[in-house]
Amino acid sequence: MTTLLVLIVVVLLAVALWQLTKIFDLTQVGGNVNNTQIANDNDNKVNGYLMFGFLGFIYLTTIYCLLNYSKFPLIGDSASAHGPQIDNLMVITLVLIFFVQTVTQALLHYFAFKYRGKEGQKALYFADNNRLEFIWSIIPAIVLAGLILYGLYAWTNIMFVSEKDKEDAIVIELYAQQFKWEARYSGADDVLGKANVRYIDGANNLGVDLSDPNAQDDFTSSELHIPKGKRVIFKMRSQDVLHSAYMPHFRAQMNCVPGMVTQFSFIPTMTTAEMREKPAMVEKVARINAIRAKKSEALVASGQPALDPYTFDYLLLCNKICGASHYNMQMKVVVDTPEEYQAWLKENSPKTIVQAVKTAAAEAKAAEKPATSKDTTSAKGTDSTVVAQAETK
Amino acid sequence: MSAEAHNHDHGHDAHEHHHKDTFITKYIFSIDHKMISKQYLITGIIMGVIGVGMSMLFRMQLAWPEESFKIFSFFLGERMAPGGVMNNETYLALVTIHGTIMVFFVLTAGLSGTFSNLLIPLQIGARDMASGFLNMVSYWLFFLSSVVMVISLFVESGPASAGWTIYPPLSALPQAISGSGTGMTLWLVSMAIFIASSLLGSLNYIVTVINLRTKGMSMTRLPLTIWAFFITAIIGVISFPVLLSAALMLIMDRSFGTSFFLSDIYIAGEVLHYQGGSPVLFEHLFWFLGHPEVYIVLLPALGITSEIIATNSRKPIFGYRAMIMSIIAIAFLSTIVWGHHMFISGMNPFLGSVFTFTTLLIAIPSAVKAFNYITTLWKGNLQLNPAMLFSIGLVSTFITGGLTGLILGDSTLDINVHDTYFVVAHFHLVMGISALYGMFAGIYHWFPRMFGRMLNKNLGYVHFWVTAVCAYGVFFPMHFIGMAGLPRRYYTNTNFPLFDELQNVNVIITTFALVGGAFQLVFLYNFFSSIFYGKRTVQNPWKSNTLEWTAPIEHIHGNWPGEIPEVHRWPYDYSKPGHDEDFVPQNVPMKEGEEVLHH
Repeated sequence: MTTLLVLIVVVLLAVALWQLTKIFDLTQVGGNVNNTQIANDNDNKVNGYLMFGFLGFIYLTTIYCLLNYSKFPLIGDSASAHGPQIDNLMVITLVLIFFVQTVTQALLHYFAFKYRGKEGQKALYFADNNRLEFIWSIIPAIVLAGLILYGLYAWTNIMFVSEKDKEDAIVIELYAQQFKWEARYSGADDVLGKANVRYIDGANNLGVDLSDPNAQDDFTSSELHIPKGKRVIFKMRSQDVLHSAYMPHFRAQMNCVPGMVTQFSFIPTMTTAEMREKPAMVEKVARINAIRAKKSEALVASGQPALDPYTFDYLLLCNKICGASHYNMQMKVVVDTPEEYQAWLKENSPKTIVQAVKTAAAEAKAAEKPATSKDTTSAKGTDSTVVAQAETK
Repeated sequence: MSAEAHNHDHGHDAHEHHHKDTFITKYIFSIDHKMISKQYLITGIIMGVIGVGMSMLFRMQLAWPEESFKIFSFFLGERMAPGGVMNNETYLALVTIHGTIMVFFVLTAGLSGTFSNLLIPLQIGARDMASGFLNMVSYWLFFLSSVVMVISLFVESGPASAGWTIYPPLSALPQAISGSGTGMTLWLVSMAIFIASSLLGSLNYIVTVINLRTKGMSMTRLPLTIWAFFITAIIGVISFPVLLSAALMLIMDRSFGTSFFLSDIYIAGEVLHYQGGSPVLFEHLFWFLGHPEVYIVLLPALGITSEIIATNSRKPIFGYRAMIMSIIAIAFLSTIVWGHHMFISGMNPFLGSVFTFTTLLIAIPSAVKAFNYITTLWKGNLQLNPAMLFSIGLVSTFITGGLTGLILGDSTLDINVHDTYFVVAHFHLVMGISALYGMFAGIYHWFPRMFGRMLNKNLGYVHFWVTAVCAYGVFFPMHFIGMAGLPRRYYTNTNFPLFDELQNVNVIITTFALVGGAFQLVFLYNFFSSIFYGKRTVQNPWKSNTLEWTAPIEHIHGNWPGEIPEVHRWPYDYSKPGHDEDFVPQNVPMKEGEEVLHH
């Protein structure tokens, strides 16, 4: 039905706008018989006015978007310590862009209107002026210098973690594969064990080197839990193709590259619960739920189950094309208070990878008596990707 | 050719000085640059229809992700869109091929191939390209690569679907996505042929511009079109071979077991043997072409616009030398900024700082160009022909799209908008729409020179205004959904309630896209009907100064009967004081006591 409606709208628009051609034709009436297909004064007039109108269109589009869509952009609600730096720079740059855009589009379209051709009008022979060229090279240069300096300052702050901060940080591995995420925690020893895809075997699906002492207490989770107020260093790996770990609310993103370990780090500043209570977020969730309720009505009417109401959660999305189900590769991120985080660790840390492998082996043994397993630890990679806290760049 | 006293109203006599043309040598394996340019244009337009058509289909999918459309199974077949529902791999295939076709086949070959071929010999005063034969080979390689690309759409396992940037390992492993099987092989073969074609073309353009300029045509009297084509050809020669080598290495990895780009991969239940390569290397190689490619697409459009704006403003282009310098500066900078596509690829963050610096520098020559265009309009006598409208439109989208480059070029800000719809909006405006406008402007302006007939101006006006409104309607709102964090290349956003409120915007965008797409039919109709039924052109319809308008309307081998005109002045003497007419063609000698009034 929607299809049909849309098609009808498109056809009607086409017909309506086809009439425009006729209008352009009619503007010729009264003038000399002009069939040269070269713009005459009338064309210049009509199109000159349209140019002016188009400036209005650009402004109206801008205003419409600002009024209706300015609630969308992720600005001002960051949940990480470095977030405000990015947001500030973004706001400064956006203001600059809107200013330049408004002025230059006005000049361009106004001149196109003002100096539309007229019989007998003479153009000014104005070939060059070094002073003007100098002005509009030097002004952008100065403005850019400011942007570049601010940008590089923030970039350095975000990307380079000092040794002191490293000592104090939690290291978590983000592991990507088609089409899901897993997080590996280092356990009590605070050091992640070595890993390589060549160790992957059954329950050891992240390819952890089980012979590495540091790996003994590593455990995994399909939900990412991080504590508020503490620096988290993410070590990222991928087992198959490129993925990108994108956590928009934390202004964080880094590609996961098979064959190497990449890194991104930030300090969460707002727990999931706190974020849910922010007025802007409450509004956003209400808007989304209104949309979902409406959709659900239609679904229920057609005999399908209704959509679940939405509650806010931080998300980790895949943001590098990674295959057919790229569009649904996500993981829930939970920012806990330090106490909640400790409790979560306590609950989950016994579920180590080593334990999982043992359990799987025992189950296999129970299933068929002549067992063969237990050679997982002897698997040798020719070159293991080392994931260790001490790693320096 | 000797300067015989012929009266050449049309070129029929001139033909007799040459070998007889058969149908095949005249229309198919022609070595005449004018015919080759038409071949490029028509092939480009056909590829454009395919590329734009694909975008209509995937835009519909994005706006109404749960609907089924008969039109999907009609165009895509039951295999790719069973029951009218587009499947997720088909979606990725469509965006991949859309990008490939638009960037390379339409805006590189279709734009540069058409206008470099048409204008370089005609505007510099040469009989033809330096090597007509290479020129012919170049076109036919392009044709062949187009055919291979189109064939790849029909292979059983589907066309390439790893994105137009074909990052390995996704593009290297059929296990990762089925389009990386035969489809990807054909994609790589097609691109290798395409690159060969592009290199032959570029070398030809460079040699022709350097060696075959007519008497008096010094480099500083070249029209800005030629400068743009010349510099474009140079960056093409520098950067395309790098993509060729990347493609060859990828072929080696795919078919011969090497590990240039692959390492430590576990997929489909087994560990692959690859060891020691890096996908980041591929990204470097790809973007070493990929970024200059943006300017390979854009510079010819800017050159065309410079020429058309000056002619239709009846004013000299403002700051001719500054325009040349900024073309050269942009070209130079374009080869050292590729890393801004890779800020978060895992390369050393220090490199990110360097690339932020070089990238933002490009804003300076770009600003110079924009302001020079605006100043050229100031106090002009603007003839608002369709070509002029598209040129002004280009300046507008170039500014709008270029400004957001300040955000994406800044590594800090890129962290959160990288690979979102913000990027899609940015590059479609600044290189897609702008270059397309440049191409349309060129077609409206030089159609009389190519086909001896005029395009219908009223259809041209409708075409422009609807396209202009729709282009902003599509890409302006897109910035906002990008800033909301919506990733690109998602087949549907329904799995993220977070993005539910963006769905309305997607419907608006798609509506504009469909209307804009539909109105390209106006152009197609105008184009093809005017070739046969258009109003016959006069010698110099736009009262332009450049040499191509001094050649006879009827195409002849060698372009000019008799001697090639000699050049006495720069190409922008419009409305020069002391002349009755508001234009003084380049071949008009300086009057006694006439001064050069420009630098």
